[in-house]
Amino acid sequence: MRGLKVLKIGPVASVQDLGRPGLLDQGVSRGGAADQLALAEGAALLRQDQGLAALEMGGMGGVFEAICPLRVALTGAPMAATLDGTALAWNASHRMEAGQRLEIGPARRGVYGYLHLGGGVDTEPVLGARSAHLAAGLGQAVTVGDVLPAGDDHAAEVGLTLAGQDRFQGGELRIVESFQSALFPPEVRARFGDTEFRRGARANRMGVEMLSDGEGFAAAGQLNILSEIIVPGDVQLTGDGKPFVLLREAQTTGGYPRIGTVLPCDLPKVAQAQAGVSLRFRWVSLEEGLGLQDKHDRELRALPGGCQPLLRDPGAMSDLLSYQLISGAVSALADPLITGEDT
Amino acid sequence: MTQNPRPKSIPVSLAASGVLTLPRRAATLARKTGARMNSQAVSGFPTIRTVGLTGMIVTFSGALDEASNRATLSFRQHLEQLGVPGVLETSTSLASVYIRFSPDDLDHASLAARLQEQLETRDWYRQPLPSGRRFWRVPTVYGTDLAPQLPEAADAAGLTEAQAIDSLGSARVRVLTIGFAPGQPYLGQLGQEWDLPRQTELTPMVPRGALVLAIRQFVLFSSSTPTGWRHVGQTGLMLFRPESETPFALRAGDELQFDPVSKADFLKLREEDAVFGGAACEEIPA
Repeated sequence: MRGLKVLKIGPVASVQDLGRPGLLDQGVSRGGAADQLALAEGAALLRQDQGLAALEMGGMGGVFEAICPLRVALTGAPMAATLDGTALAWNASHRMEAGQRLEIGPARRGVYGYLHLGGGVDTEPVLGARSAHLAAGLGQAVTVGDVLPAGDDHAAEVGLTLAGQDRFQGGELRIVESFQSALFPPEVRARFGDTEFRRGARANRMGVEMLSDGEGFAAAGQLNILSEIIVPGDVQLTGDGKPFVLLREAQTTGGYPRIGTVLPCDLPKVAQAQAGVSLRFRWVSLEEGLGLQDKHDRELRALPGGCQPLLRDPGAMSDLLSYQLISGAVSALADPLITGEDT
Repeated sequence: MTQNPRPKSIPVSLAASGVLTLPRRAATLARKTGARMNSQAVSGFPTIRTVGLTGMIVTFSGALDEASNRATLSFRQHLEQLGVPGVLETSTSLASVYIRFSPDDLDHASLAARLQEQLETRDWYRQPLPSGRRFWRVPTVYGTDLAPQLPEAADAAGLTEAQAIDSLGSARVRVLTIGFAPGQPYLGQLGQEWDLPRQTELTPMVPRGALVLAIRQFVLFSSSTPTGWRHVGQTGLMLFRPESETPFALRAGDELQFDPVSKADFLKLREEDAVFGGAACEEIPA
């Protein structure tokens, strides 16, 4: 068996991929990685398909031992990472030899960090995907003693990095009106767009609480609406008028009214917001939203071409020469810092 | 009986509010068909609205009634059989059909026009239920320590326990929709006497297979869960088996009857048949 043995792990780590679209009629929401951009970045760095699964680590990393030579990539919320004690760049791909230990610390910013394996995490798919969907009883959290099996790796390149899009400190969320927006008076919708929110304490893979000062955001009239479809990004207002942004693992239907839907391309920013981080909603038209999402989708497809050779900081590396020899991926000419007297 | 008005160019407004598309024509349609056919159509419906960035929803009513649920199931099956290019997925709630599509292959205005055109092909509130449905008979123990809230539910409905078991055990209910949790059906509608409010306090946990009741509906739980509905019956039917070839037991539109059995018989059935608890199904002839 190829793979990584889990020696230590945080409490909310699970295998995630693109999820299970197409099962709404059976009550299963699509789920999948909370930060889909991180999944695409990892795939680009390892020169592989973005449908492959990775390990999602909420808030806290872990300690992993390679049971065979492996390629790995680290994306999502930046976490301190070392390989046998040597610092590793985040948002980059690296090689591990059998027996080497990868240590990943807590998130410095953001929430979800990702550990990708060359060939993907090759657990058995259930209902067409490898994603754990704990709310649906599919899969389970990764725990100490587990082995993350690696699939067949068809590439060899490591030592690549990507300038990751910073989605780890809140900011603006673009939102479109949806089928229940009209339940909210225009002035409530306008005030919603003018309000500064901060992420509340209640947040998981199903949804994220938003707090604000002042009045809540209530729908007009009776609230005895029928339960209707929920899509990822829906902003649901509970009875006390407090918004929750629903994510990919939310239930398939719900009876609380929803004021609008955050664009899919802005959901990584929601999932990656730490408690207390400041967020705002900006209303955009459907046309504008489609344009923004289309631009994002094009950027996603361009990620493989945006990978650059990793520029290594010699100050952070105790065994620079041997490291170069092992990886063999970085040309000395490509990195002026590791030529000359420093070494 | 089918009128087939030629679809004209349809004014689709996706700007400004972006919420209600075609409300005027939809309302007109409902009134028109209602007047001509003595339809069970609901005034102001059906509507076509956008859902998020890449979805639409066709809604047949703002409240649950038999005809609107039937229209919903029937219209969804029609769309599936039609196979609209660019549509990725459809699903139903109690009175709405949701359509998820790829905006690269299908634009909002075209899809809205297509849906409107299909809505106008017939009076959906008078359509029969879709084909391919099944009738399940599910052995159920009512009351006892296995379903302890039967007495209070019977009391709230103004019935004795025996009358309650008689009423619930003889009701043939439809899977109105599946949702909230994997494979979990909302079943109805029960008689008016069962229009019981949800409890204000949640029951901390009921087991898988629990039959619970509120607002003229049953829910049959696919996993153990807290609930605000009253636990009146217990079945041995497993609704969701992710590792199985057939992971989901039920489909929207299926019908069920929860046949009363004694606790002793129930326990025996469950021991003999850990997956279905003695439940059996047959195709409903079209």
